[in-house]
Amino acid sequence: MSTTRPGIEVRLENLSRRYSGVTALDGLNLTMAPGELVALLGPSGCGKTTALRLVAGLEDADGGRVVIGGEDVTNVPANKREIGMVFQAYSLFPHMTAMQNVEFGMQLHEVGVAERRKRAVDMLELVGLSAHVNKYANQMSGGQQQRVALARALAIEPKVLLLDEPLSALDAKVRARLRDEIRRVQLEVGTTTLFVTHDQEEALAIADRVGVMNAGHIEQLGPPTTIYSRPATPFVAEFVGLTNRLAGVVKGGEVEVRGKRLPLMKPDSTDGPAIALVRPEAVSVAADGDMSAGPLVGSVISTVFLGATSRVTVDLGDVTVLAQLPTSDVGAITAGTKVRLSLRTDPVLIARDEKAATEA
Amino acid sequence: MIRGRKARLQVFRIVAFVLFGAFFVVPIYAMFEFSTRGIGENAPRTLANWQAIGTYPDMVAGIVNSLELAAITSIAILVVLVPTMVWVRLRLPRLRRVIELISLLPLTIPAIVLVVGFWPMYQWLGNNFSDSILTLSFAYAILVLPYAYRALDAGLAAIDVKTLSEAARSLGAGWPTVIWRVIVPNISSALLNAALLSVALVLGEYTIANNLLYPNLQVSLVSLGRTNAGVSIAVAVASLLFAFALLIAISFVGRPRRMRSEVA
Repeated sequence: MSTTRPGIEVRLENLSRRYSGVTALDGLNLTMAPGELVALLGPSGCGKTTALRLVAGLEDADGGRVVIGGEDVTNVPANKREIGMVFQAYSLFPHMTAMQNVEFGMQLHEVGVAERRKRAVDMLELVGLSAHVNKYANQMSGGQQQRVALARALAIEPKVLLLDEPLSALDAKVRARLRDEIRRVQLEVGTTTLFVTHDQEEALAIADRVGVMNAGHIEQLGPPTTIYSRPATPFVAEFVGLTNRLAGVVKGGEVEVRGKRLPLMKPDSTDGPAIALVRPEAVSVAADGDMSAGPLVGSVISTVFLGATSRVTVDLGDVTVLAQLPTSDVGAITAGTKVRLSLRTDPVLIARDEKAATEA
Repeated sequence: MIRGRKARLQVFRIVAFVLFGAFFVVPIYAMFEFSTRGIGENAPRTLANWQAIGTYPDMVAGIVNSLELAAITSIAILVVLVPTMVWVRLRLPRLRRVIELISLLPLTIPAIVLVVGFWPMYQWLGNNFSDSILTLSFAYAILVLPYAYRALDAGLAAIDVKTLSEAARSLGAGWPTVIWRVIVPNISSALLNAALLSVALVLGEYTIANNLLYPNLQVSLVSLGRTNAGVSIAVAVASLLFAFALLIAISFVGRPRRMRSEVA
């Protein structure tokens, strides 16, 4: 395949962007290593799409720089930036076949006809659409259209590949498959890639590093496992994965929650009341043994079957707790069953803000 | 019961079709009948009037003028409107209402009032630039603006202008390429619609041309009618049929064009 181009470093330096008074991006910094796939993850309105559009040149930054391969492109128009982009909305040109769509960019880059044809065929093969080269957008499924869009973006051998929630319009099964496909293709061509999504599963599954964004800046940037198991801030902990908020008291590097002492991720936290953030999978459920009243005894409100695992919601009187356990362990636990919970002694993160304390 | 309703609907359709058909056909037939009358009480039908059209140079000039005006106007309005409307959609969405209002304004102003406004401008134009009848296309561009705007707006609303142009931009297309190679092919039926409406409108225009003293088709038609009614009616029938043919063409090009085989 002739499309391999050594990955190129991409730097976002102190980028900011405001929309009529509202700050969308607030001094964003991000350095992407050559060939790396970074996912920006965050709720809607956190600025992740704005960041991507600034890299693409589809919007102008109010401050900061975009540096691609050592070259400051902040003031370079979108059509001169050599970026490949896949959009959330279907973006194939309706009057062209899949093949013509893929050729379009190369035509603008004055690639010769023979070379263009060959590369278009190669790209469509790479995304598994060899059988559909002559189809129009309205003759293809959503997943197929996004594959063509990916092929089209990669055909011009872009310096950066930008994926703006490319999977969010697809149904769950296609989404998972295309997600893996995108990762495979990205690894194969080695293009530095920025992937924007609000779906944490998607981000964790395919990214080399995930940047969790909140209110215009990156809260935490790191490999998926770190983001999930060692969230840096309460926002990250709550946005990535489900989290129980349990009131407790910090004392001497530990937090006491409902009679159980859990180690802290940041042992230097000051003593006092706090909210411990406990993952559902760190909670286990027992329906037998001693059921005398205690801080961790309650009754099941509901069980939700998720396939290999199940989620059990337990009412402890003053708070409801989510537990996620292997379906095989759920057994006879159904709504109304009296159960005893136990908390695994994983290090936990604590939140302190007053609002959160009153909500819990 | 449903069958009864269906049948009634069918009857209504036929009646409506016949009534409206008669409304259009009867006058045209009457004109055609008049234009083919021979001279004298029991003279046979003759196409002499139709054949005589070419022998009136003023009439021929009027026809040519109007056809040229129609071509210039419809092309000019598209060249001005398409990039403007795309730009407003992408960059100045808040101005859309304003542009729409301005574009629809000519509908509300009677042609005779427009003439009053145009008069000094055309006097200046005639003195300083050109007194060619083709300068009428400025006035006609304004006249067809509401129709062209409506047609194009519908076309642009049917495609995702923003995503398509951003996709094209990211692939390396400059703005002219975006409009010419991505937007235009996808609103082709709207373009044709706008163009044909403009043509039909320009061919039927009388008030402005007459009052600004330019001999277009309709003006020549009226003046010829004073000397030879038969020929003038023949031309009128021909121009009506031409306009109808255009309108019928519109309703066909408006259909989805990608009905190609091998649907997945």
